Amino acid sequence: MKPILEVNQLNVYYGSIHAIKGISFHVNQGEVVSLIGANGAGKTSTLRAISGLVDSKGEISLSGQSLQTVKIYDRVKLGLAQSPEGRGVFPNLSVLENLQMGAYFRSDKSEITKDLEKCYVLFPRLKERRSQLAGTLSGGEQQMLAISRAMMARPKLLLLDEPSLGLAPMVVMQIFEIVKKLNSEGVTILLVEQNARMALKVSNRAYVLETGKIVMEGKGQDLLNDDSVRQAYLGV
Amino acid sequence: MQDFLQHFINGVSLGSIYALIALGYTMVYGILQLINFAHSDVYMIGAFSAYYGAMLLGFQNRPGIAALVILLFFAMAGCALLGFTIERLAYRPLRKAPKLNILITAIGVSLLLQYSGQVIFGADPKVFPSVLQDSVITEFLGVQLKVLDVAVLLVTFVMMLALHYLIYHTKVGRAMRAVSTNMNVASMLGVNSDRIISFTFALGSALAGVGSVLVGMKYPKIEPLMGMMIGLKAFVAAVLGGIGNIPGAVLGGLLMGLSEEMVVGYLSSTYRDALAFGILILILIFRPAGLLGRGGVEKV
Ligand SMILES: Nc1ncnc2c1ncn2[C@@H]1O[C@H](COP(=O)(O)OP(=O)(O)OP(=O)(O)O)[C@@H](O)[C@H]1O
Ligand SMILES: [Mg+2]
Repeated sequence: MKPILEVNQLNVYYGSIHAIKGISFHVNQGEVVSLIGANGAGKTSTLRAISGLVDSKGEISLSGQSLQTVKIYDRVKLGLAQSPEGRGVFPNLSVLENLQMGAYFRSDKSEITKDLEKCYVLFPRLKERRSQLAGTLSGGEQQMLAISRAMMARPKLLLLDEPSLGLAPMVVMQIFEIVKKLNSEGVTILLVEQNARMALKVSNRAYVLETGKIVMEGKGQDLLNDDSVRQAYLGV
Repeated sequence: MQDFLQHFINGVSLGSIYALIALGYTMVYGILQLINFAHSDVYMIGAFSAYYGAMLLGFQNRPGIAALVILLFFAMAGCALLGFTIERLAYRPLRKAPKLNILITAIGVSLLLQYSGQVIFGADPKVFPSVLQDSVITEFLGVQLKVLDVAVLLVTFVMMLALHYLIYHTKVGRAMRAVSTNMNVASMLGVNSDRIISFTFALGSALAGVGSVLVGMKYPKIEPLMGMMIGLKAFVAAVLGGIGNIPGAVLGGLLMGLSEEMVVGYLSSTYRDALAFGILILILIFRPAGLLGRGGVEKV
């Protein structure tokens, strides 16, 4: 297995706040890897560093290419896409326009149409609502839209920031089913979650983040059974 | 009644010019939350670009459709280039600076353009080339429909249709709307937001250029401070419609033009300019988000 994403000694500072303190991790081709941790642990900061929204120190490479000198808007062309924290759909654009934005850098029109159809098969609800403004969708629908929009870039690596946040249990189940499904179709996924139980269930491997440091790592199943993880993150 | 109709026609004609200029304020605000005070001076440069362009091609006194097209071309090109340059040199380096710094810079750019204009073009008014020969097309119920008013309406209408198509039916328009709602997400999706911002400045400025030709056509006297009052009124129009809101700018412009004509027609032309301030004060008190603006809460 070769790593798609390699992060080495990553540091993120917000002014004098040292949010990420030299973490290293990797994601292999075809894996689902999750990053779990409490509020403020630094999960979003890590993703923001990978996508280039915050300045960071350390190495980040995608398929062997260093990302530190690559502009934010060029990273998607290398195969990196994200469903950001809070979903980040464009509320005043229609569902279809949001999806088209996902394919912004692509010019293969007929392939884009095919991918659009795929999204609609995966989420029939989005097809029904395609000409509706995204801001009028329910939270669950917006999350589906955010994931679909990221998929429209045909990413090699999909970053998901708390896709289950604020959703009803049924919808949470659905979202994790989608994660599994996308992965089975060959998409490599880095998942950030506070819902540790669900995240660990669908993950091959996971890292536990605490105040900017990785304190534990292992197979999803093993962490699910680990006493300290159970106490701290699974509430048992 | 007949008076009213005449004032109405004049008001719509004047208002559509305000709308064109207001669009530039609103588009830039929509994308950067910046009030581009230099916009009114970009408008002034539009008039001078058309003036010198016409001189270059010998069109100072050859009214007709060709003159209209040529003047529009020079004004729009001059403004677009200037708007692009201002953003590039003055605003872009301050992208991450506090809002106040950028606002002060905008005022500085405005003064720079006004005074450079006085140095380069001279402070004395110049006569704008004649664009179209005015005459009465028809007269019904005692109301006159004149060539210039119809031309103003037609040109504005075509420009707005084109703008609407661009913003709502093209890829770059989609990107403009995306960048103005969430620049970070748009960049993650592959949009070079700096480029979209440049484009927005050029586009809004070009519309001011159109406005300058339409005004020059009706009131053919241009000078380096000509942008101040009309720029202020267009700005009030943008605020009235809801700054950042594109249909709002059009609505605000039309309302401004209409109320100005009505005030002039039924009260006194002394109040012509006071009206703009009156409207501004009223909106700020009663509806700070503007007619079509939403809630006034800034998105996070
Ligand atoms: N823009 C910012 N400015 C200053 N500090 C920040 C900023 N963003 C995040 N932080 C701080 O960095 C730390 C990590 O925040 P981050 O958002 O990465 O956490 P998180 O793990 O995603 O939390 P949550 O689960 O609540 O989303 C926190 O202490 C937070 O206060
Ligand atoms: Mg977070």
